[in-house]
Amino acid sequence: MTEPVLDIRGLTKSFGALTASHDITLDLRSGEIHALIGPNGAGKSTLIAQIAGALRPDAGRIVFDGRDVTALDTAARARLGMARSFQISALPMDYTVLENAMLGALGQRGDVVRFFTPVMRDTDLRARAESALETVGLIAARHTRCAELSHGQRRQLEVAIALTLAPRVFLMDEPMAGLGAEGTRNLTTLLDGMRREAPILLVEHDMDAVFALADRISVLVYGKIIATGTVDEIRRDPEVRIAYLGEDDTDVPLP
Amino acid sequence: MSALLLIEQALNGLQFGVMLFLMAAGLTLIFGVMGLINLAHGSLYMIGAFAAAWVAGMTGSFMLALGASLIAAAVAGVLIELLVIRRLYDRDHLDQVLATFALILILSEGTRWVFGSFPLYLDTPDWLSGTVRLPLGIDYSRYRLAMIGAGLIIAAALFAMISKTRLGIRIRAGENDREMIAALGVNISALYTLVFALGAALAGFAGALIGAVQSVQVGMGEPVLILAFVVIVIGGIGSIKGAFVGALLVGLTDTLGRALLPTAFATFMEPAAASSVGASLASMAIYILMAGVLIFRPRGLFGGAA
Amino acid sequence: MTREHLLNTALMAVLLLFPLWAWATDEPFLITLTTRAVILAIAGVGLNIALGFGGLVSFGHALFFGLGGYAMGILAYHAQTYTPVADWPMTIEGTKSMPVIWLVATLVSGLVALGVGALSLRTTGVYFIMITLAFSQMFYYFAISWPAYGGEDGLSIYVRNGFFGLNTMDPIQFFAVCYVLLAGVLFFTARLARSPFGLMLGAARQNETRVEAVGTRPYRLYLIAFTISGAITGLSGALFADLNRFVSPVMFSWQTSGEIMVFVILGGVGRVFGPVAGAALFILLEHVLGGLSEYWHIYLGALLLGTVLFARGGLYGMIAGRAAAHD
Repeated sequence: MTEPVLDIRGLTKSFGALTASHDITLDLRSGEIHALIGPNGAGKSTLIAQIAGALRPDAGRIVFDGRDVTALDTAARARLGMARSFQISALPMDYTVLENAMLGALGQRGDVVRFFTPVMRDTDLRARAESALETVGLIAARHTRCAELSHGQRRQLEVAIALTLAPRVFLMDEPMAGLGAEGTRNLTTLLDGMRREAPILLVEHDMDAVFALADRISVLVYGKIIATGTVDEIRRDPEVRIAYLGEDDTDVPLP
Repeated sequence: MSALLLIEQALNGLQFGVMLFLMAAGLTLIFGVMGLINLAHGSLYMIGAFAAAWVAGMTGSFMLALGASLIAAAVAGVLIELLVIRRLYDRDHLDQVLATFALILILSEGTRWVFGSFPLYLDTPDWLSGTVRLPLGIDYSRYRLAMIGAGLIIAAALFAMISKTRLGIRIRAGENDREMIAALGVNISALYTLVFALGAALAGFAGALIGAVQSVQVGMGEPVLILAFVVIVIGGIGSIKGAFVGALLVGLTDTLGRALLPTAFATFMEPAAASSVGASLASMAIYILMAGVLIFRPRGLFGGAA
Repeated sequence: MTREHLLNTALMAVLLLFPLWAWATDEPFLITLTTRAVILAIAGVGLNIALGFGGLVSFGHALFFGLGGYAMGILAYHAQTYTPVADWPMTIEGTKSMPVIWLVATLVSGLVALGVGALSLRTTGVYFIMITLAFSQMFYYFAISWPAYGGEDGLSIYVRNGFFGLNTMDPIQFFAVCYVLLAGVLFFTARLARSPFGLMLGAARQNETRVEAVGTRPYRLYLIAFTISGAITGLSGALFADLNRFVSPVMFSWQTSGEIMVFVILGGVGRVFGPVAGAALFILLEHVLGGLSEYWHIYLGALLLGTVLFARGGLYGMIAGRAAAHD
């Protein structure tokens, strides 16, 4: 078995009396989709924020590609190959779809501080951006301003930008949130293919999607990981059932 | 420099600081409650001073003049709020800066049109002129002492109002959560107009008090406005306590800097160079103070986290 | 050609043809007036890079305008009094050469902008507005109280500085110099707007989180933009001082910062040629309204208020509509 791409050890984060992450240990192996599930308020977004570098943990280490990145900021981690898609779309709304995708390609290539070459005529960047848009099915809308996109299209664009970064891992925070049945189906197919490019740490509420996609699942409850395993192991885990049924969360059926 | 002179300068600094607080309190309340940067606050100060000088000229009564400054500035504040300011609450800071910059142009030129370019003078009344003998044998201007007293009384009243009264509770609630307070049935737009008028009245009152020791003229408000901004930025925008501490810091730094720095430099420089270097540094001192505070505490001394 | 391109072309043509007409009909005052508009336009174009492209509301660009002015004043003053600017660590002579003065003005303003920006950009929002104001006030009071270069009274330069073979005291020749510089600055700015840097800077203005997520630090982008912005405004200050053959602390005043901002707003924030339209309109109003009434600032204030409240895109927003995409 190879080294995990992302190795999280003993991550702890408190906000005052509230412990949002409690001694979390988690890894992500190449080629897999590792889903992180748990009831609302379990601390999933806090965890993703720490992995991406937006929040500094109180204790613990994050090792990415064999390198300790705990002290690096978001931008530095992104340059090392962490691509994050946001629960609430973080997109420059005045830009077109293509311009948004160019941002990822440009950031990935890294030569941002150039003042003279027209960026949209850069064939290399443009090819990368358009290929990502092609993959997510947004190529026809490439000249549409982001503000005019539907919610589902914005979710697709988030994924496209992540793709242009040619990352080593994808961190996806509820990519299906607010999508209809068809949107969810399309995105599920897309993510299924993406794991070949880089492993995905997937935070998701849509359990059908999770059970369809995940190679492994970790369950986060009150800031603690109570179980990690394959889909079948998680389905059978008594602690997980209690946690979910105890929450009385009817949105989350366990098939 | 003798200790007595130093104490006198410290009192001057305190007087300056207390007056700055009257300006800064309104600015910081308006920012804290409505999220508005109001560059035209200096114009309200000017309007207060002009109203006072005009009424004093007509009636000869200093107390009537002070009353007029409060009323004129508050009325001007209400009008400005109703006509312009309330359209700016939802705008970004750039729009607020520009629109209130436009108000300065209009109000300054309007005042010049009505009163002309020559300064007016407001005399201190007889019962406040001359000096009083303080402990340690210091003779200090009775009027300046009265300004310190008046400013401290207003500051105390303001703190009491914010912490004890129903209006104060609403103001604090408004700072925290606009929608919440609207949901509780408080008439938010009336509250905003009231807060703006209160800030305006304080600025106008300060203008009248200062007008009696300086001349009353167009453009008198802007230097004070900028100092008041320095005060609230040092104190943390939105915090009345911060405004008070910031005002005293700025008042003392400016006054003592001007008094002490030239002498201090003279101990190791030739006198002419020392006085020019000292004076230059003293005139920059409060801005250096502000930059220093912001570099170490980007949200001011009492500024919140977000 | 889009409407924006048409408007750009028309604007630059008017700014060129009007003084040529004034020259033909022997109206040197109108040439000087247009030169003023052209020089102030450069200041506005500079500010627009920070304000419009980067969303950095600097209320202290008078600092760079004034530094450019004093760079010209100090160098020319020493040249006209035949004294060195500095003896130590090496002798620096004054100069009356425009290109050297421009270079010094741009470099000094750019360096100060780098320092001021590095500190100010640690803050955001109102604090940023106020700290930039504070830095410019610092220099304003310093200029007033420092006696070596005239203090509050300012510094007069008797003869305009030289530019190769031109007679710069001839209004139309000095105008030509300024116009070419404006065109150069606009060319640079237009390229910058469409460059990789421009794309990323605009993204940071709209959504910093996104920029970080693609591996770029907004702080660095802002600092570079602020530095370029300050340098260009400094160049404008040097030209402005040369036009008046006079510098004074007023160039550092907060009203100057406000006016440069007004050019940008009247013309259209974030549009490359916006500040040119804004500065031209400002000068036109100053001339026309100033001739009608002593109190023309009332009308200027009303116009500015109307623009902010009802026509946020400025002249360019009204005539050319929304800004176009990058291609």
